[in-house]
Amino acid sequence: MDEGAKDPGLYDFRPYRDRPRLEWPDGKSVAVWVSPNLEFYEIDPPANPFRKSWTKPHPDIVPYGHRDYANRIGHWRMAEVMEKHGFKGSVSLSVALCQHHPDVVANANELGWEFFSHGIYNTRYSYGMDEAQERAIIEDSINTVRDATGQTIKGWLAPALTHTPRTLDLIAEYGMTYTCDLYHDDQPAPVHVKTGKLISMPYSIEVNDHYGFFVYNMSPREYADTLIRQYERLAAEGERSGGTVMCIPLHSYLIGQPHRIGPFEEVLRHIAADDRAWITRSGDIADHFLSSGQYETTAADCARYKQGDAA
Amino acid sequence: MSLDPAYLTYPKRRKGMDQNLYTPSPMPSRKPVTWPGGKPVAVTLLVNLEWFPITPEDKPFRAPGHMVTPYPDYRHYTAREYGTRVGFYRLLDAFEKAGVKATVAANSAIAERYPSIIQDILAAGHEIIAHSTDMNGTIASSLTEEEERALITTARDTLSAAMGKAPRGWQSIARSQSWNTPKLLVEEGFDYMCDWVNDDLPYIAATEAGTIVSVPFNHELSDRQMIAVQQQSMDSVAQQMEDALAWLKAEAAQYGAGRVLPFTLTPYITGLPYRMDAFEALLARLAGDDATWFATTGELVDSWKSQIC
Repeated sequence: MDEGAKDPGLYDFRPYRDRPRLEWPDGKSVAVWVSPNLEFYEIDPPANPFRKSWTKPHPDIVPYGHRDYANRIGHWRMAEVMEKHGFKGSVSLSVALCQHHPDVVANANELGWEFFSHGIYNTRYSYGMDEAQERAIIEDSINTVRDATGQTIKGWLAPALTHTPRTLDLIAEYGMTYTCDLYHDDQPAPVHVKTGKLISMPYSIEVNDHYGFFVYNMSPREYADTLIRQYERLAAEGERSGGTVMCIPLHSYLIGQPHRIGPFEEVLRHIAADDRAWITRSGDIADHFLSSGQYETTAADCARYKQGDAA
Repeated sequence: MSLDPAYLTYPKRRKGMDQNLYTPSPMPSRKPVTWPGGKPVAVTLLVNLEWFPITPEDKPFRAPGHMVTPYPDYRHYTAREYGTRVGFYRLLDAFEKAGVKATVAANSAIAERYPSIIQDILAAGHEIIAHSTDMNGTIASSLTEEEERALITTARDTLSAAMGKAPRGWQSIARSQSWNTPKLLVEEGFDYMCDWVNDDLPYIAATEAGTIVSVPFNHELSDRQMIAVQQQSMDSVAQQMEDALAWLKAEAAQYGAGRVLPFTLTPYITGLPYRMDAFEALLARLAGDDATWFATTGELVDSWKSQIC
């Protein structure tokens, strides 16, 4: 990014109109990926100078225990429902979960889920890191996931969404192909980085279960209805104008609660029964986008909207 | 700019938890439990019966539901008292009508100020557990161990005198504990604590003074969270509770293992006239379902412990 500039220079402008048609495999209209955040939150993390972890003096046992619910109960319930309806997860992983709860990570790996990094812990933030420190958490992520699962991570979602001006350049330099931290589009697009090829993978803040339940205060059935409307709109637009992406970002301490999982299962049933969906994983979307020449097509399309010298 | 190198060291990055109170227990690995009468789902109702002094002290923090306006906050002081005088009796009547037993987590100030309420609860067969002294009696690690112990023993002894026996369980205000709380509860003779929200089922917590059963009361399944915080209606709450029951029944059948459906109630939230009919209708449907066993916390712990320990 252009550090300090008013426009961080992350990507080129390109309106949602008259775009070259994005093609998904088998003529599908919308790529649907489910992203369970498999996380570990520490009970007594060190203080980051820019962001506090917990509201109360440690131990703040209600939010800590709430998140621990995921690894005891929620993950298992959520994973079973996803598997039943044929959805493989694309995991936003606190990589220290590989040490704390190897059974959760092994279960996800056996189910054929993909892993990308969401930092070491969701209580350790990138704010204030120097380059060597940021490289250390990236290398830690790559090595930890490889050792635990045999997978090489292709993507990144910053820990607790904490970024630095160099994060995107660094993950591209380490060979990653997508970031889940940019929310400017419903289709993938090239991201400006110093080396490598990085794309923005449409994740979602707006239909994230955390936003659904704690920002918009939806009931479980309202959230399920929201996801179905999101799907129907993106599928219709995808049919009409070229492939779209719908991400369903989840936290099993929320969606895996007994009052929420039933309505959520109806969403998966709905999408699985609709033949417009390419039910897939984030890394498969990125691979397809890059290998089918659509990165170049998209980059070239952006050139139509470039301002001249007057800008 | 760089961070203290300690920020990138992880001394507790190890198998298991980053504290020693309990160990991981993924649901699929557990020994199944069953409830009395072969019922698949235990329903545990917990009522927070609280007294809010009109003079909040904020040490260590202000309890949820406490005073809001500058002193004297007649509005909130009296609205909370409404819950105790009126709303709570609506709840007691609703429990009787549905034929169910509940657990009441009571501030000991209730026993001092309104001892007849304690008698009414016990006469109806409900359980009372300790819930600190009054709503200024919040707990966090900024309290000294002596201050915290005094809150716990005062609450226990005051309730014991009114009840004629000691309460077996504890719930902290806002479920907020310090590093010392579980150990102090063991030392002061409590069998179970109802603060942790990390599970659907009871589990054993270990302290340097011995063990205590942790009985989760999911804070999300509460009128405070759903109605006061998330601004949902009692009709929506009822729908969510029934969706939860349906899911837990299916899970219990699939795994041959008992489940627990908790619900935490607040007299000044649920006990309002316009919410009570919907609440009573919900209670009637839950109580009328063949799958449910309404258990006090003590009954749940005793049944669970006899199978697990």
